[in-house]
Amino acid sequence: MKPNTYLRRYIYGITLFFITLSGFGQMPIFKRYYIADIPGLGWLAQFYVTHIIHYICASVLIALTLYILFDFFFNGGLLDKITRMGFLKIIALTGLIITGALMVVKNLPNVFFAHNAIIALDLMHLGLCMMLLVLGLFSLILKKRWVS
Amino acid sequence: MAVKISRRAFLKGSIAAAGSVAGSTRIARAAKSVTKDDKEPIVTLLDISKCIGCEECVHACREANETKFPKPKQPFPKMYPNRVPVQDWSQKQEVTDRLTPYNWLYIQKASATVNGEDIELTIPRRCMHCQNPPCVKLCPWGAAKQEENGLSRIDSDICLGGSKCKKACPWDIPERQTGVGLYLDLLPALAGNGVMYKCDRCYNRLEKNEVPACIEACPEDVQTIGPKTQILEKAHALAKQMNGYIYGEHENGGTHTVYVSPVPFDQLNKIIEKGKGKPHLSKVKNMMADGTNFAKAMLIAPIAGVVAAFGKFYLSTKEDK
Ligand code: SF4
Ligand code: SF4
Ligand code: SF4
Repeated sequence: MKPNTYLRRYIYGITLFFITLSGFGQMPIFKRYYIADIPGLGWLAQFYVTHIIHYICASVLIALTLYILFDFFFNGGLLDKITRMGFLKIIALTGLIITGALMVVKNLPNVFFAHNAIIALDLMHLGLCMMLLVLGLFSLILKKRWVS
Repeated sequence: MAVKISRRAFLKGSIAAAGSVAGSTRIARAAKSVTKDDKEPIVTLLDISKCIGCEECVHACREANETKFPKPKQPFPKMYPNRVPVQDWSQKQEVTDRLTPYNWLYIQKASATVNGEDIELTIPRRCMHCQNPPCVKLCPWGAAKQEENGLSRIDSDICLGGSKCKKACPWDIPERQTGVGLYLDLLPALAGNGVMYKCDRCYNRLEKNEVPACIEACPEDVQTIGPKTQILEKAHALAKQMNGYIYGEHENGGTHTVYVSPVPFDQLNKIIEKGKGKPHLSKVKNMMADGTNFAKAMLIAPIAGVVAAFGKFYLSTKEDK
């Protein structure tokens, strides 16, 4: 594997870890379940902190996703080289980025979304996150790759 | 033994006796100014110097919103782990000296000396209805919502009672009641803990072009409601006239509630009773500002990704030549 590919995987792994953690931190669960009591993890119960960390990780993830996507096509990557697992993960990631971006817009001042739209976005974002986590776990265990 | 006439009952009588003409025109005028055609958010102005602390507004709020109050089922489901607090106000519904799920407005008291004169001030306190409300924007389920007229409220059918809104609120306004709401139908032992309650600025009355109950009930016309520009102008004129001070215009990036007081708010903040259910009057920075700035900076992310890929491609084609 080229060092570049290693670096990408490394960044992807770390970002995915922190974006998931800070994402779950949006729900008031880390304090309830003593996780925020573990030294060094107190930030998980600070909602303004997890909010910003989630945004920073999302920026890295969006930049990385677009970099990989364009790099793939610039290098003559063909769609039929993407595995089924790869496609499923692309769907989950795209969905997460779109719903996430809409939620960032929703959080801006003077922006009003329909109440049901907000609930739908929250649930879709959570569902897609679970989907990506399960797919990621499968890929790790079964050593599935994005491209063949 | 002296016969005690409740001040509330007395005032009610006196309002009726004063005749309804003046009252009804005033309220009709106010109601007209909160119609939906207004493109601007609606703001309320509270003139603290006029408030006599009669609690008429507090009782009007309780009456008008009684149907929205929690009706918890006993016994409450056991919650795990043990640190999850049971918060039950259903046995203490009569409490009016702080905010509770059954008391969305309360009268905060302060004694101060202004120009050598001792004065007693009473301050009606409730949700400030922030312009960019963290309680709404950070709610993970979309249970809290903001309407275009600027009010924010918590949907008791959706709220799970995690209390994140209270922690995010710079004034700790929402109050929790255990044993009600959607969490009972999900995993009551493991997630959720009831429903959060706070002033919803009488959204259902506003929908009918009626003013909030607390405004209508006040015998001293402490509150004025109307479009933002108009109310802010009034607030500044009033502050100038009484040589007073304004609170709420810039707090947390701006709210839809402005207080005008003859005593500086930092001084008031020192002498009011603060604590659970009793919000402070300190300066509040814009809690959502960092999030908003990061959100704007996020626009660079996709561009950076594409540019990096393009740069790499460009360099590799150059190397190939
Ligand atoms: S705001 Fe009006 S009704 Fe409420 S306590 Fe003050 S004077 Fe009484
Ligand atoms: S004062 Fe608190 S509860 Fe009210 S809108 Fe602002 S953040 Fe929400
Ligand atoms: S606006 Fe309505 S809900 Fe809010 S304090 Fe006044 S009466 Fe109560």
